[in-house]
Amino acid sequence: MDLTTIIQILDSSLRLATPLLLACLAGLFSERAGIFDIGLEGKMLAAAFFSAGAAFATGNAWIGLLAGIGASMVLAAIHGVASITFRGNQLISGVAINFLAAGITVVIGEAWFGLGGRTPALAGDARFGNIDLPFARALSDVPVLGPIYADLISGHSILVYLALATVPVTWWVLFRTRFGLRLRAVGENPAAVDTAGVSVVGLRYAAVMICGLLCGIAGAHLATALGAGFVKDMSAGRGFIALAALIFAKWRPWYALGACLLFGLLEALGNRYQNIDIGGFDVPTQFMQALPYILTVVILAGFVGRAIPPRAGGEPYVKER
Amino acid sequence: MTVASSGPSHTPPPGDPGLAIELRGISKAFGPVQANKDIDLAVRRGTIHGIIGENGAGKSTLMSILYGFYKADRGTVLIGGRETEIPDSQAAIDAGIGMVFQHFKLVENFTVLENVVLGAEDGAMLKPSLAKARRLLTELAHEYELDVDPDAVIEDIGVGLQQRVEILKALYREADILILDEPTGVLTPAEADHLFRILKGLRDQGKTIILITHKLREIMEITDTVSVMRRGEMTATVKTAETSPEELAELMVGRKVLLRVDKAPARPKDVILEVRDLHVTDAQGVHRLKGVSFDIRAGEVLGIAGVAGNGQSELLEVLGGYEKATGRVRVKGHEIDLTGSASDAQTRRARGIAHVPEDRQREGLIMDYRAWENVAFGYQKDFGGTLMDHAAMKRDCAGKMERFDVRPPDPTLAAKSFSGGNQQKIVLAREIERNPDLLLIGQPTRGVDIGAIEFIHQQIVALRDQGKAILLVSVELDEIMALSDRIAVMFDGRIMGERLPSETDQGELGLLMAGMAGEAA
Amino acid sequence: MTDGLPKWVDIAVIPLINVLLALILSALVVWMIGEDPVRAMTILVNGAVGSAYGWGYTLFYATNFVFTGLGVAVAFHARLFNIGGEGQAALGGLGVALAMLYVPWPHWSLALVGATVAAALFGAAWAAIPAYLQAKRGSHIVITTIMFNFIAAALMVYLLSRVLLVPGAGGSPETARFAEATHLPNAFALFPWMGWSRSTPLNVSFFLALLACVGVWVLIWRTRLGYEIRAFGHSEPAAIYAGISPVRITMIAMLISGGLCGLMATNAVLGEAERLVIDPVQGAGFVGIAVALMGRSHPFGVFLAALLFGALYQGGGELQFEMPSVSRELILVIQALVILFTGALDNMVRMPLEKVFVSARRRPAPPEPTSPKGADNDPIAKVEP
Repeated sequence: MDLTTIIQILDSSLRLATPLLLACLAGLFSERAGIFDIGLEGKMLAAAFFSAGAAFATGNAWIGLLAGIGASMVLAAIHGVASITFRGNQLISGVAINFLAAGITVVIGEAWFGLGGRTPALAGDARFGNIDLPFARALSDVPVLGPIYADLISGHSILVYLALATVPVTWWVLFRTRFGLRLRAVGENPAAVDTAGVSVVGLRYAAVMICGLLCGIAGAHLATALGAGFVKDMSAGRGFIALAALIFAKWRPWYALGACLLFGLLEALGNRYQNIDIGGFDVPTQFMQALPYILTVVILAGFVGRAIPPRAGGEPYVKER
Repeated sequence: MTVASSGPSHTPPPGDPGLAIELRGISKAFGPVQANKDIDLAVRRGTIHGIIGENGAGKSTLMSILYGFYKADRGTVLIGGRETEIPDSQAAIDAGIGMVFQHFKLVENFTVLENVVLGAEDGAMLKPSLAKARRLLTELAHEYELDVDPDAVIEDIGVGLQQRVEILKALYREADILILDEPTGVLTPAEADHLFRILKGLRDQGKTIILITHKLREIMEITDTVSVMRRGEMTATVKTAETSPEELAELMVGRKVLLRVDKAPARPKDVILEVRDLHVTDAQGVHRLKGVSFDIRAGEVLGIAGVAGNGQSELLEVLGGYEKATGRVRVKGHEIDLTGSASDAQTRRARGIAHVPEDRQREGLIMDYRAWENVAFGYQKDFGGTLMDHAAMKRDCAGKMERFDVRPPDPTLAAKSFSGGNQQKIVLAREIERNPDLLLIGQPTRGVDIGAIEFIHQQIVALRDQGKAILLVSVELDEIMALSDRIAVMFDGRIMGERLPSETDQGELGLLMAGMAGEAA
Repeated sequence: MTDGLPKWVDIAVIPLINVLLALILSALVVWMIGEDPVRAMTILVNGAVGSAYGWGYTLFYATNFVFTGLGVAVAFHARLFNIGGEGQAALGGLGVALAMLYVPWPHWSLALVGATVAAALFGAAWAAIPAYLQAKRGSHIVITTIMFNFIAAALMVYLLSRVLLVPGAGGSPETARFAEATHLPNAFALFPWMGWSRSTPLNVSFFLALLACVGVWVLIWRTRLGYEIRAFGHSEPAAIYAGISPVRITMIAMLISGGLCGLMATNAVLGEAERLVIDPVQGAGFVGIAVALMGRSHPFGVFLAALLFGALYQGGGELQFEMPSVSRELILVIQALVILFTGALDNMVRMPLEKVFVSARRRPAPPEPTSPKGADNDPIAKVEP
């Protein structure tokens, strides 16, 4: 394998990791606040559709992004009403949201565009173009570092850089701000927050809506940066891989980056090679695809570095003495 | 219901600013249960004020009203002489009230410092808040012997230190009034002593402390004034220096008409249950039973008296088959497996041990099951191998309902549709009629109405007279006195002493329950 | 807690209101995309139950949903949420395919028995690992079963495209067709006088589904195991008090659940496709969640809910045919809303209803102090000394 191939694979890993990373951090906010969210997939899918639709209609990717975020946040609000206000089952609510998104995107897409659930292909400003970082061209002749800078680090859409920047921002919000302290506390022991005179409901809604926001960006990335338009079921299980990455990362932002890059790499390898030969063993691509899920089960089983979810996760808060 | 404070006919008398807290006519009902009845209370500034009473006397409800968890149906709260509304915890904090709950409200994987600042941060950034808290904590540590490593994580430190964090939380919020709910329940005697020194220090600095407890020793040791609650009412407030443990015990228990149980003297026969050196350590690593030994003979009732949480529950669970233990237990001479795979509730029942659990709603019954289904609960194997014989279960249930006078006698009603007393009769009927050798019975009349209490007591005596061995655990001293042939008092995982009901009184038992050894009493 | 409602409200009125809400919202969606909701509903109903052709598909889909719905329901009784029906049913399909391809069955009836055993075993096996991890290690079964759905999907693609692929099958990853002798008779072959179309997918597996309903009913409400499963589901501390092992019940309930989901393959793989294709489940595992929630985990309720969803799936197909601008994914929307209202927003309907009933009951209460249901009344007052 030569340097060009490696750079190409890593480059593709980074692109593929971006939606995972955004969705993973979205889930991180929600679950750190004690609200389980298996509806990341649905929110991403809805955002992908509405961002593509709006971008096509206006020819502006940014308006598409806003539309995607809006759609995702509507679904997040439904999840909040069900699981916070009505103290419903958070898992069932998440399942419902996934189906709702899978259905509504195609129903509306078909009605609007009549393309079997797809949106028309996006071009020009309706997509997020790739950004060349300064001097990328000029430096591309420098051996090794040049191509790495020009082809791997430079040349991605703004959303990729945004996703990468979200990691330190998330870390900073969670561990350096008052909001983060309270958010983490409400996921561990809402009674402690409540007796300290802070609103549990308010904090949880805030977390759920941030989750919607980030899923919205993730979905927009799928349809208007990674792809050129919406295709039916285009999230293709990425919401669940993000969930797996979240567990793999033990609900921590920097680990989430690592997990998402790893899972992005697996996807990139799977896309590029039909099978991989490791020490004489023929590893089928399907194994690579299943690996994120297998790894997550292993982590959940607690045989390798037990993952302990936020303690109050999944439980509606009922005030008691 | 009218709110007294807004009554138009008269203006309430002005508050006395020398009082930190004054409660006037506080009432609170939960459904049909009157938890607080027209409570008046005056707590003088700069004192330690004890509130003592049995479980369920309404102490915690009263304090929860004060901390904004519940809204009183009626009554007024005055803080520092001014009438104050407390709709939520934030209002209580603003009014200078700090509360240390019986079950701590701490975030387990946060540091001490983070727990202290949570909800009381200065500004949106954590750093300045944490720095300020660190400084203040050092000062407080000097001032009140409240040393805690600010960077320690809560789950790594002991309960004594966790409690200090709760106190620090309140002080950090500049609380003038500190309420502690059963603070020594989880502490070792040495830790409790330390806590008392801290509390005295706080009082000397002008803080007001309200100490809720049911331990006479604590009241006598550190309070200035003590109020006694009984069955939702405030029965007396006296100066601690002018009272005695005996008097308080009497006030606490009340001059209730002693429940009279007609029973002949016991005629104990062979030993049925032998317990030797039983030890239990729970999942949190707390040593719950510390070497308990006793015997029970056929035809006698051994009553275990004690304040809740001193190991009685664990004792029942070990004997009932669902808590692991070390030590030795024999039933009719047969060794019982206490740890292995043959240790579960089914094998215990097969050995002739029946168990009426302390919490019938959580353990003894499936609340959504109908009465006839509950009558088989725990004995489901008696009603069929693969398919269950519903007709037999219903017949069995109808018979039991008649013999135990369950109202209404309708086997098809769900357990949750019965009153507490009738639920208990269903459990009792199920466990007694199986003709066990040994009956374990925990809190037989908790939440049970007077009429049913009498019936249940008669059943227990009748069972004894049939030659069964009975282990009775109850926090109601009256009940222990009325039913037991021997009384053992448990404190802190040990049996403090054994007495004959004819040769002791509530005062002496109360002192044993408070952990004061027999000789000192 | 939910003591305020009569049983008939809980099991009939609330689910009906929930479904009604879901349908109203879906109608709103149809209206918003510029179509006539009434016409859409008419086409949907007609397409589903207006002809023998429609009924054939409706009942065929319903058969699938009965199996997966029962699977989810059995787990629900033990308070376990099995989202893994999709993977378990896929593995059931694998089991059926292996049994059909490698055993020379002389007659379809024997083949059906063999397929039933294989499907249940494979489905149960796929549920076993998440069950074990939940019971012994406390790993959240919802997450592990989701993960196992994806692992199953990857496994199926691998097996079909690499291992079981027949050379020269035109490249689509599927197994060879099962032998003629194993083909199950469809409704046309069984009851030609009823007017079924010759190629209707409805087959004898339908009776197997009915049998499964009865079996689950007996299991849950008549056997000791069912008694213990329900007790564990209601209260774990009480189960332990009664000597019921949480590990044992978790394992058994999940194995039965996975087995039932696997059984779906007898209908979809053996009964219809007669070979194993890449995604034999087609979302039926997830529909099972909606069906179990709506059917209140009772086999009869599950059967009715499965019929409803069978009709929706069939009618939805017709709808797309007749009104091209309404996509068949509308069913997914209805399904999502049913899950949302019956499963997660249950309190939204329940709380106001409870208030209505409690206040309705209170008013006539005073003149008659000893109502037989009154948990709050004090029957003790009349106990003679």
